[in-house]
Order: sequence, then C-alpha cells, then structure tokens
Amino acid sequence: MGRIFYNSLRGAWALVKKDLVDELRTRYAITTMGLFALTTLVMVSFSTGIFSLDAGLHAAFLWIIIFFSAMSALARSFIKEEEKGTAAALRLSAPPEIIFTGKLLYNVLLLLGLVVVVLPLYLFLMNLPPGANYALVILLLFSGTACLAGATTILAAMISRAGAKNSLLPVIAFPVLLPVLLTAIRGTSIALAGGKAGGVSAELTFLLSYLLIIVTASLLLFPFVWED
Amino acid sequence: MIAIVLKILLAAWMVMVTVAAFIYAPPALGLGDLARIIFFHVPLAWVSVLAYLVSMVHSIRYLRNGLMIEDHKAALNAEIGLIFTVLATVTGSIFARYTWGMFWNWDPRESSIFILLLIYCAYFVLRSAVEDETRRARMASVFSIIAFISVPFLVFIIPRVYATLHPDPIISVEAGFQMDAKMFRVFIASLLGFTGLYAWLANIASRLSALIGGMEGEKDV
Repeated sequence: MGRIFYNSLRGAWALVKKDLVDELRTRYAITTMGLFALTTLVMVSFSTGIFSLDAGLHAAFLWIIIFFSAMSALARSFIKEEEKGTAAALRLSAPPEIIFTGKLLYNVLLLLGLVVVVLPLYLFLMNLPPGANYALVILLLFSGTACLAGATTILAAMISRAGAKNSLLPVIAFPVLLPVLLTAIRGTSIALAGGKAGGVSAELTFLLSYLLIIVTASLLLFPFVWED
Repeated sequence: MIAIVLKILLAAWMVMVTVAAFIYAPPALGLGDLARIIFFHVPLAWVSVLAYLVSMVHSIRYLRNGLMIEDHKAALNAEIGLIFTVLATVTGSIFARYTWGMFWNWDPRESSIFILLLIYCAYFVLRSAVEDETRRARMASVFSIIAFISVPFLVFIIPRVYATLHPDPIISVEAGFQMDAKMFRVFIASLLGFTGLYAWLANIASRLSALIGGMEGEKDV
C-alpha cells in the first residue's frame, strides 16, 4: 500500500516537473498572468493610490487582481495539452487521479508564484493603512488561491474537452468560486485592518473545508471528464 | 383522464391561493401589505432549488448509466429551474426596493439566489459550447455536481456566519418568522401549489425527453 501511494506521488510530481519545465521554456502562463496583474495593479494604483482607502477596498482590489490574473492562466494547463496534441499520450501514461493531482499541484504552485509577485508590488504601489496583520494576509491569500486552483483544475479539464475555449473558464468558474471569493475578500479586509487570528478563524475554516470538499469531489468526478 | 382532473385542480388551487394571498391573509405586523409577496417569492425560490436538485439527480444518473434520456431530463429541468430562479430574483428585489429602499443589497440571501442564477446560466453556456452530444452530456453533468457543492456553503453557512456581522431587518422566513395562523395556511398552500406546478412541468419535461430519445432511436426510453 505504501509503495503504491509513493509511486502515485512520484507520478504526480513527475507531471508537475514536466509542466514547470514546459512553462519555464515557453513562459506563456507566467507572462500572461504577470502582465495582467501588472496592468490591473497600475490602473488601480494610478487612479486611487493617492487616497487612503479602507481595508475593505484594498482587499477587494487585491482579490480582483489575483482572480482575473489566475483565470487568464489556469485554463492553460489542460488546453495546451489539447493544442499540442499531447493529451492522448498523457491519458495513456497515468491513471486519471494522478493526472488530476499533478495538474492541481502545478496550478497551486503557479498561483503561489502569482501571490508572491502581486502582494509585494501591491504593498509598494498602494499605501496600505498601518497595523495590518501581514502574516494573516499571506495565510488568507495562500488558502484562497489554493481553493481557486482546487476548483478550476477540473473545470479547466472540462473546457479543454469541450472545444478548448480559454474565455469560457471565468464564466464557468465564477459561480463555483463565488463563496471562496466572498470569504477571502472579507477575511483579507479583516486582516488588513489589523485583526487577530481569532477574527478570521471562521474564514480560514471555511476556505479549508471548501478546499477539501472540492478537491475530493473533483478527484471522484475527474475520470468522467478525462476518459472518453 | 385523471391527468386532466389533476390539472384543473391545480389551476383552481393556484387561483384560490392567489386570491387568498390578497384577501384572506392579514397584513403582517411590521411590513404590512408588503409581506404578501412572501406567498409568491418563497415558493418560487424553493422550486428553483428543487429543480436544481432534480436536475442534478438526473445528471448523477446519467453518469452512472449513460442513458441520454437522463441528460435530456437534466437539461429540461434546469430550464424550468432557470425560469423560476429569475422570477424569484425579480420578486425578491421588488420586495427589497420597497422595504429597504434598494433593489439589490448583497444580503446573504440575495447573494445565494444570485449564485443559483449564475450556476444555471453557466450550465447553459457550457452546454452550448460543446458540439458532441455525449461529451456535452458528460461535461454538463459533472459541472452540475461540482456547482452544487458551492450551494450549501452559500445557502446555509454564510448566512449563519455573517448574521452577526451584518444584522438584517428581515431574518430568513424559515428561522423564526412569527406568522399569523392565516398567513401560515396561505403560505403552505402556496408552497404546495407551486410544487404542484413544478411537478407538472417536470412531467412534461420527462415526456418530452422520452419523445426526443425516441426520435433519435434510443431503445431504453
């Protein structure tokens, strides 16, 4: 049993490495996400940077930037397989659960990278109110983006099998992700206003449970989407 | 024969409920005559969730046994659900306008019906984007199930958590709305009437699916 689990993890990790290498070679998703984030950030900062906004607005801007940058890149992980013609080979190489886990981990890493870039830039360009609890902000950003990745992985797979139109992902994903966005924005605004860990415990519990449930459901349903 | 009798009964029931909503039921204590919209708004919202559930059950059955008729039923029930959701949203926002002054407030309850509306729309967008029939059925079914996961979070968890942060002048009807006995009777009657209406529409959907399946030459119809 342990050996099977270990091999599954190795399989998923191999897929993550393959995607990372591919991504570093073409740099498609990284540049799309980065430029989108930068454009939105510059627009926000240019128009509202001089005002001192309250924590709720900052949280909303931050999540708008992260959400739309994420949407522009997350569909890519499956659609590029279809476009390059490697999907069939991928289907043969590993069972669906491993494919899903690998793609999920890759998406999570991608979004982690996005947060690592966006948050410092945001702090740099906008004047945040003093006394923000940055540890909690980072924790909320990471949990929220993990939920984003968790939900969109299977949706991206569905779109790639359904005509491979990138622009479909935000439409499909929005209703599924709305609870995550609402909770994450609220939690981030509490954290930016200087809240303690107890103040955001409800939001963090929500995000964690959402992540677990959606990943479980996706794992169960992925074989239907992936196999012909 | 019995179907015609039932339909006439349903029509008479709905007429009775509509009349009773305006004449028999007394105006509510705080809201006055505005509260009458509850007899229409809540059953509409209830049926929209019910239709989604039925559609999802058919999706699950499609994934299990692969019969196309289940997918037709899922899609038709979703259409019915969409209409009811639009009506529920409209009636709800009319109520909001005259009670709180704004058509839309992003109150947790309003948000949950809005999410349902978005889920239905996304479902149909997804269906229209896929050409191949089997693939469309499969993707739509999986989406229906995945989207269902966010519904309990929004309908049950968020209002509980944020009730303390955002006090609302109106608590949800299920949670302790003190209703006058007459109002309650009309409310239950309206609920039954709308459910009956939905059952009739779902039956039409079922027969339509059988016909579509028959036209396409399916055996197990």
